[in-house]
Amino acid sequence: MSLYASRRRSNFVAMTLCLLATFIGIVWLFLILFSLFWNGVPHLSLSTFVEMTPPPGETSGGLANAIFGTVLMTFIGVGVGAPIGVLAGTYLAEYGRYSKATPTIRFINDILLSAPSIIIGLFIYGVIVVPMKHFSALAGALALAVIVIPVVVRTTEDMLLLVPNTLREAASAMGLPRAHVVWHVAYRAARTGILTGILLGVARIAGETAPLLFTAFSNNFWSASLLKPIASLPTTINSFINTPDANMKQLAWTGALIVTLAVLGLNIAARILSASKKQS
Amino acid sequence: MARASSSLDPGNPMGVTRSKILSRMASGDRLFSFVTRFCAYGVFILLAAIMISLIVGAWPAIKTFGLEFLVTRRWAPQLDEPVLGALAPIYGTLLTSFIAMLIAVPFGLGIAIFLTELCPLSLRRPIRVAVELLAGIPSIIYGMWGFFVLGPFLAHYVEPPIAAAVQNIPVLNVIFGGEMISNISLFNASLVLAIMILPFITAIAVDVFSTVPAVLKESAYGIGCTTWEVVTNVVVPYARVGLVGGVMLALGRALGETMAVTFIIGNSFKIDGSIFSPGTTISAAIASEFAESSDLHRSALMYLGLLLFILTFFVLAAARLMLMRLEKRAGA
Repeated sequence: MSLYASRRRSNFVAMTLCLLATFIGIVWLFLILFSLFWNGVPHLSLSTFVEMTPPPGETSGGLANAIFGTVLMTFIGVGVGAPIGVLAGTYLAEYGRYSKATPTIRFINDILLSAPSIIIGLFIYGVIVVPMKHFSALAGALALAVIVIPVVVRTTEDMLLLVPNTLREAASAMGLPRAHVVWHVAYRAARTGILTGILLGVARIAGETAPLLFTAFSNNFWSASLLKPIASLPTTINSFINTPDANMKQLAWTGALIVTLAVLGLNIAARILSASKKQS
Repeated sequence: MARASSSLDPGNPMGVTRSKILSRMASGDRLFSFVTRFCAYGVFILLAAIMISLIVGAWPAIKTFGLEFLVTRRWAPQLDEPVLGALAPIYGTLLTSFIAMLIAVPFGLGIAIFLTELCPLSLRRPIRVAVELLAGIPSIIYGMWGFFVLGPFLAHYVEPPIAAAVQNIPVLNVIFGGEMISNISLFNASLVLAIMILPFITAIAVDVFSTVPAVLKESAYGIGCTTWEVVTNVVVPYARVGLVGGVMLALGRALGETMAVTFIIGNSFKIDGSIFSPGTTISAAIASEFAESSDLHRSALMYLGLLLFILTFFVLAAARLMLMRLEKRAGA
């Protein structure tokens, strides 16, 4: 009987610890969100979105140029990275499904997926910033594109593999060439899934800092030129945290709130999109 | 297809148009096939290009310091003849990742066990989403939060009592002693890293646990096992390979994490054995010094980047191989 009691006791202890672990695991999310709202909301105003980043000593200023830079580079990054990723994913799932190279490409892609983003920054620095001799928005956007590619490759391949083969066979039986089967049947069936992947890619790069530090660098003024350094929200936060200037620190918190809400919003949107697909 | 049916028009000799369309389709197919193949091999090219550009950038430093770079403790870029060694950043990288894994693995497994074995179905999804959203928060936010919120808390309420408690115990008073600088410490960085990789471990552990066939668990429950006994004797042994893979994947993340660590580790190149004093990691050193470096110093930072890439490459490759083994078994 005592054996039975001790088994029950150890079960109870272990399960309580698991419950506790879950509680502690979730608490972080709310702690972080709480401190972001607590510190970020009081100074969130229209001027945050329309005024430029201030120099030290000012009492006003906003993040307009940084927000614009982030949106611009994210847009170009996804614009360059997503098509390449979708096409590569298409090869892995369609043309090259049984090719010998496919497992290797998938393996390498999975490694790139988790490669440290600062390495991507060093890579783009070496191949673009050094030959151009100066930092530029273009270099930043390309660094982000390199990060997007593996994300999109992975989701595109996964989603295309979920498309039932009978659909492809039916289309092929009507005499459609492979490209048409992919475009009109496979892509259509996997559309939501591929879009979800691209959305996750946007969420992944919108908050990236490390690859931008020495590619896009930073800029205190409004710049829409692809060939000049450009500010972005994460790098602005990065440089404002370490200043003793209270106003800049405030802006860093506000910027952090904006970035986090945007990224979490994208993540949630991607989830809703993929959930709506499962139901239909 | 609309065009193909218009070829039934009697004024149009059907065969000619048909063959034209067919050949156009065939060449379109070839082109599309070629483009997708090119993009897929682009992934290969990307990896090779990253490797080559890092080696090229690091070459002056590799030539100057050779492999001794790995074991040199000193980091003095401002000297006329700079002495640069990677031992301190390597030590910091491995130590912070190790402590982070020590904290995050039990928690991640605990959450996964809770989610798969205990949690009511209606709560499972919200809890999982909440944990996974942690993975979505940008790393700079973690760094900022660690710097302004967690760091001061640790420096006031956690580190001093621990340091005082072990003051006279050998070994421990080195590990938990050292000079404490407000909110900057290796311990703070490790804790933030642990929070960051928790969602990865949880997500993979949940996936891996759900590959365990229900029959196995049910038969264990059927002979009277408690939930904990089912987990330790059936679920974990069955899922072991995948778990190790998931943990390695998280380790790969922790090793390369940059922005979360840069602020709170202090970028100080020394090794004193204490986890409450500042240190540095490879990625933190690159992030904080690269913009102001030049010549040999910059090349040495590239060398550090190359080392980090090789290190994470092997860790991630091992992780993927283990996860692939599990997938194969699940597929069979």
